[in-house]
Amino acid sequence: MNKGPIRIGNKNQKADNIVNGFAKKKFRFSDWFAEKVIKAVAFLSIAVVILIFIFVFREAFPIFSMDKTEAVSTELLVQESYGGTEVEEGQVPIIDTQVENSNKPQAPAEKPSSTLFSKTWMPVSDNPRYGILPLFLGTLKVTIIALLFAAPLSILAAIYTAMFAKPRIREIIKPVIELLAGFPSVVIGFFALMVLATIFQDIFGYAGRLNAFVGGIAMGLAAIPIIYTLTEDALTAVPKTFTEASLGLGASRRQTAFYVVLPAAVPGIFAAVVLGIGRIFGETMIALMATGNAAMISMNPFDSVRTLSATIGAEMAEVVFGDTHYSVLFLIGSLLFIFTFALNALAEFYFKNLVIRRYQSKK
Amino acid sequence: MNRNLKDTIVESVTGISVLLIIFIIVSILAITIIGGWPNLNWTFLSEFPKDGMTKGGIFPAIVGTAVMTLIMTVAAVPFGVITAIYLAEYADEKSVTAKTIRFAVKTLAVVPSIIFGLFGLGFFIGFIGKNIDGLFNGGELRWGQPNILWASLTMALLTLPVVIVSVEEAIRTIPKDMREASLALGATKWQTIRKIVLPGSVSGILTGTILAVSRGAGEVAPILFTGAAYFLSDLPHSLNDQFMSLGYHIYIMSTQSSNVDATLPIQFATTLVLLLLTFSLNGFAVILRYRIRKRAK
Repeated sequence: MNKGPIRIGNKNQKADNIVNGFAKKKFRFSDWFAEKVIKAVAFLSIAVVILIFIFVFREAFPIFSMDKTEAVSTELLVQESYGGTEVEEGQVPIIDTQVENSNKPQAPAEKPSSTLFSKTWMPVSDNPRYGILPLFLGTLKVTIIALLFAAPLSILAAIYTAMFAKPRIREIIKPVIELLAGFPSVVIGFFALMVLATIFQDIFGYAGRLNAFVGGIAMGLAAIPIIYTLTEDALTAVPKTFTEASLGLGASRRQTAFYVVLPAAVPGIFAAVVLGIGRIFGETMIALMATGNAAMISMNPFDSVRTLSATIGAEMAEVVFGDTHYSVLFLIGSLLFIFTFALNALAEFYFKNLVIRRYQSKK
Repeated sequence: MNRNLKDTIVESVTGISVLLIIFIIVSILAITIIGGWPNLNWTFLSEFPKDGMTKGGIFPAIVGTAVMTLIMTVAAVPFGVITAIYLAEYADEKSVTAKTIRFAVKTLAVVPSIIFGLFGLGFFIGFIGKNIDGLFNGGELRWGQPNILWASLTMALLTLPVVIVSVEEAIRTIPKDMREASLALGATKWQTIRKIVLPGSVSGILTGTILAVSRGAGEVAPILFTGAAYFLSDLPHSLNDQFMSLGYHIYIMSTQSSNVDATLPIQFATTLVLLLLTFSLNGFAVILRYRIRKRAK
């Protein structure tokens, strides 16, 4: 009986229900409730991002308030919790510390936050040093190698797909390359560890099987589908009129691609590369399996590296909850999070606006 | 240089790039199949690891992955579908709310998976789990430690954007006429969503779910310290048990096994199982998505 928006009741009610010639919406609880619930759930995504911010930072924060005395006490705690075998090892580092002290005279227990910018990453020792510099440089090195491999390859492939390929071939190429996105990173890591490492060692003849180069190429594989897909999207988003005008003036497809379409798509391609960097920077499993995981500062691409994310992945399972080491790992996580967040914001707001402005101004 | 020659060179270089990528994809597939196929049989799939994980099968890893993705799906899909409905049906595209939610979803999609692991450790285990133990179990450690529930929920957050994007895309392909016809017949907005929009986007929801399962089954970083175990002699019985997972098994066997060479066949066969799983799921999703896009045209 009360279904249907307009109900003919008595005259007064009818007048109430019709405002300016339109039927006024009747209040329905189910509709109101559904909308509220849906809206509330939609806010969950925002809540999760904020919660990630809060909880990753919260666990990292104690590192800045820990002073010398606290650092000593946490060290003692660590040794106790490791149990018998570690006590034996605990006696050996006395020599270690002496050696290290003779090299670099330093107080045995430094404030943990002050070792953050040192050049050694040695979290499990008598004199733990949490220098994230080698980890950061290592990540940078791997990212550059991966990008030098993945970006040109995927951009060229995207140009072929968007500009030169016949529609039928395009329909095949695109999904096949996007298949690569479906490879779990542990599978790519396994492939790098078992196959790439051996092949590259045979070709280049270096000593260590696993190094920044192997890891970088493998991480590049993980970034290819991202850069390829987004570049291809950016190229096809360039208005057809651009291409037609250029071809109509007698330019070849190659000239159209490189002098007309590509310049118009540059912001979109930058966004693709930026998101690719984000993917490489945060990649954990491939880094763990293929880079060798030794924290050292070197420019040689064939030296082993330890990336930021791999450090978290390798060490988090063994640390004591709430320990300094634990906090430092969360601090590294915070850095990774801030970095990828900023990259995403850059791609999303800056480059997207560029794309929009470009097309609008040329219309 | 001759213009035609330049054209040919450029087209060949770009074409070779495509071929190179495809060659890499095919070789990963081929090497995994050649290495894993001989060892892939029913006993391998249905047995527990034996002799310190140097022999036997991967049954608990398969079950662990299946249970984990099931809990993950139950948690992620409803939230993803509802968020997609909000974005496609209720949100005003230009409003700050809609833009913020969209940006949040995109952020979730690009946050490194290891960060989700840290979040799972800090939030689910360290905060929620520890507090549950403190309040209900008198401080006894039951929920404040890695387990399959926290791992699944962590993975659910990771796969949420996958579901949202697929479902929203499907909802947007439903013609406006159908919505307007429903509204004109007197149905309310919620009735229209329930009777027209949701049934019309079933394939989209399915696509999103499949893609999420495929992603969740393959990811290892988020479960490294939220619930995955090296070796368990038993299957998980309750939500606060740890579990074995295929991806984690590959990682452990290839990097931390006592004898990597002896277990090579197991590693390849496990990789093949995981790859077959994610590939068949992805292939299915691609076909579904193709059908949705065809409808949109």
